[in-house]
Amino acid sequence: MGIGLTTLLLLAALAPLGFLAYRLGRGKALSAMAAGISMHSRPQQYGWYSVVWMGLPALGVAIAAGLLSLFGVISPARELVLIVSLAIALLGLAQGLRAIRPEVRARNALDGVIRWLLLSAALISIVTTVAIVLSILFEAMRFFREVSVWEFVTGTVWSPGDTFLEAAGRGDEVGENTSFFGSVPLFAGTFMVTAIAMATALPIGLLSAIFMSEYASHRQRGFAKPILEILAGIPTVVYGFFAAITVTPIIVDIAAFFGLDASYSNILSPGIVMGIMIIPFISSLSDDVINSIPQSLRQGAYALGTTKSETIQKVILPAALPGVISAFLLGVSRALGETMIVVMAAGVRPNLTWNPLEDMTTVTVSIVYSLTGDLAFDSPQTLSAFALGLVLFIVTLSLNLVSTYLVRRFKQKYD
Amino acid sequence: MSTTQSRLTGSANDPRIKARYRKEKRFKAYTIAALFTAFAIIVAFFTDIISQGYTAFWRAEVNVTLDYNERAERIGRFALAEDMRDIASRGAVRSIPLEIKNNPELAGTTRQTWVPAYSRIDQYLKGREELPPELARQVDAMVEAGTIRSSFNWAFFTSGDSKLPELAGIFSAAVGSVLVLFVTLVFAFPIGVMSAIYLEEFAPDNKLTQAIEVNINNLAAVPSIIFGLLGLAVFIGTFGVPRSSALVGGLTLGLMTLPIIIISTRAALRAVPDPIRLGAFAMGCSRWQVVRDHVLPLSLPGILTGTIIGLAQAMGETAPLIIVGMIAYIPDAPSSIFESATVLPAQVFTWASEPRKAFVEKTAAGIIVLLAILLTLNATAVFLRRKFERRW
Repeated sequence: MGIGLTTLLLLAALAPLGFLAYRLGRGKALSAMAAGISMHSRPQQYGWYSVVWMGLPALGVAIAAGLLSLFGVISPARELVLIVSLAIALLGLAQGLRAIRPEVRARNALDGVIRWLLLSAALISIVTTVAIVLSILFEAMRFFREVSVWEFVTGTVWSPGDTFLEAAGRGDEVGENTSFFGSVPLFAGTFMVTAIAMATALPIGLLSAIFMSEYASHRQRGFAKPILEILAGIPTVVYGFFAAITVTPIIVDIAAFFGLDASYSNILSPGIVMGIMIIPFISSLSDDVINSIPQSLRQGAYALGTTKSETIQKVILPAALPGVISAFLLGVSRALGETMIVVMAAGVRPNLTWNPLEDMTTVTVSIVYSLTGDLAFDSPQTLSAFALGLVLFIVTLSLNLVSTYLVRRFKQKYD
Repeated sequence: MSTTQSRLTGSANDPRIKARYRKEKRFKAYTIAALFTAFAIIVAFFTDIISQGYTAFWRAEVNVTLDYNERAERIGRFALAEDMRDIASRGAVRSIPLEIKNNPELAGTTRQTWVPAYSRIDQYLKGREELPPELARQVDAMVEAGTIRSSFNWAFFTSGDSKLPELAGIFSAAVGSVLVLFVTLVFAFPIGVMSAIYLEEFAPDNKLTQAIEVNINNLAAVPSIIFGLLGLAVFIGTFGVPRSSALVGGLTLGLMTLPIIIISTRAALRAVPDPIRLGAFAMGCSRWQVVRDHVLPLSLPGILTGTIIGLAQAMGETAPLIIVGMIAYIPDAPSSIFESATVLPAQVFTWASEPRKAFVEKTAAGIIVLLAILLTLNATAVFLRRKFERRW
């Protein structure tokens, strides 16, 4: 019996039992009330009370058995688990019905159960984070067992390619030490594309935010804001297509006009398009921040005779700086982790250069390329993706933490 | 004397004040220019995508005589007249041997029908590709004679992926998207709403609650590709969920959508004013009764809006799905969440990496469909919010 079928059978058996428990529990409470006994809770609550008695222990046993067999402690036969859970469900049903007495606080008990259910749902988000950290850390450790951390951090050559031959059982055709895992060129590419993106997004986003919050009328603002938000709703794969098919040829043509030689997978094009993607993040966050600066600051400045732009430059922006920085950092963290645009428009050749017209590759591109295709799950190339992912996760996480800290400080100051 | 006076009174004729006003105008112009740059980019973007893709909704069809002769029993191409073999699609006659086998009376008969044209002919007629002059003359003559027509490309919506651009469609990817979103919704919606109810209505203000809150905010900002790595390592590696299946894709996207749903549900719950809770408590409701009978019904529109927005985001996501293997070549629509599937954005990605020019049009058309769906979803969310939003 498959695990899906077992679960289905268990739920199919518990559903009518639950209905039965509800009817019986409510019936018992109703008949007691008809006999003039004053019950603590409403009859439905006694119904649900016996449902809980019936279902919770049975499901608990089933889930525990599932977890135990998943982690390989013991693996009881699925039929056995099914029968035992159903037996426990019947016992629970009997106990639940027996327990219904006038002084039993079914309502309070129900609230307690629901509280625990809700708490366990909330804990899933913690479990997710822990799972991300552990799974990526674990696979990355396996990678660092084969490749030294020092080489990974400082090496300037990234060529995992030959491990493919080793994985195919042709390792002897490859010389010693032909695969290199020096991640510097990848991070250089990521840095370059992030820098270009932020150079595009920051001026456009910040100036648009200033217009919307300081100059625009209510109607203009209500019109401009949702239009800018459209940019945030466009899938990244669409941006990638736009970068590769439209922007790259334009850049190559412009470069040729100035007598420069641009690659058809230059890093400038994905950088600019990524910047376009980030504009709404910068503009809406900065807009919020600028709006939350108290009116008294502006009025004070106007009273001293400053023009609007002087007020903005000398008073508003310095006051809003922590918020703007935090928007900037969030934008950077987006750009670092952005995948599709670079996969579709940037190169795949690790290249250490300062020239944005050359092709470069990024961390996310190498993660994607080392995990697609038919690679062995434990080859260093596959595992390298997890090492890169680990670094990416740590960097973006720290950026987010710094950014939330700055915003909180800012809010405390003005709220 | 006059200059001193003008300085003192701050007259508009003072050159320094003029300079300041000029500066003011310049700065305002910069901000307007920035906003218009952004608008111009949006317009250019949509014009570009639509102009590249709209032609894919039509396709050229050729009127051919299918001759079910002996040679066509083995190779479908031989059912076509010799001069049609470079014009009609290879894919359209591929199934002829099977047709004859299933229906032996067909053998020896002939039949006139419209079949899709070879993609290069189609592209030539749309002015996107050149043909050898002789072939071009033949095609032009056929258009004159009315044996080549252009008709709405229903096949784009009803067929799956194909190696032949003229037959490729988005159907299987659309089915895959629906399956993935279904799994995402079933997984993320109950857990997300339950977490939000706990945090907003039940949780005491202690370390654990704060830890959960910080966690959820951080999860919302983790790059999507990291969720792909998690899905690969945990769902595929540890739990043994089949690779490329809608199940693993949906679970991965579910983890990603979870924080979005939690955050928007909390906002919706917080918007319900406290007097409503206090009133219910005063009537003797337990906390759960307050939430179930009073707070949840009032915040439902907000919760649904947040969920739709989260789903729209999940629908456009590609990177984590590539990592869990959802870019396989899927010509036939998957029929369960355990089968290999692909989704619309992943289909766009696969077509975009095809070197043949005819696929550029398909890619852009796929994007148009995707954007149309996403815009509809987001518009629905905005509509729901406008219609049901209550100011207290």
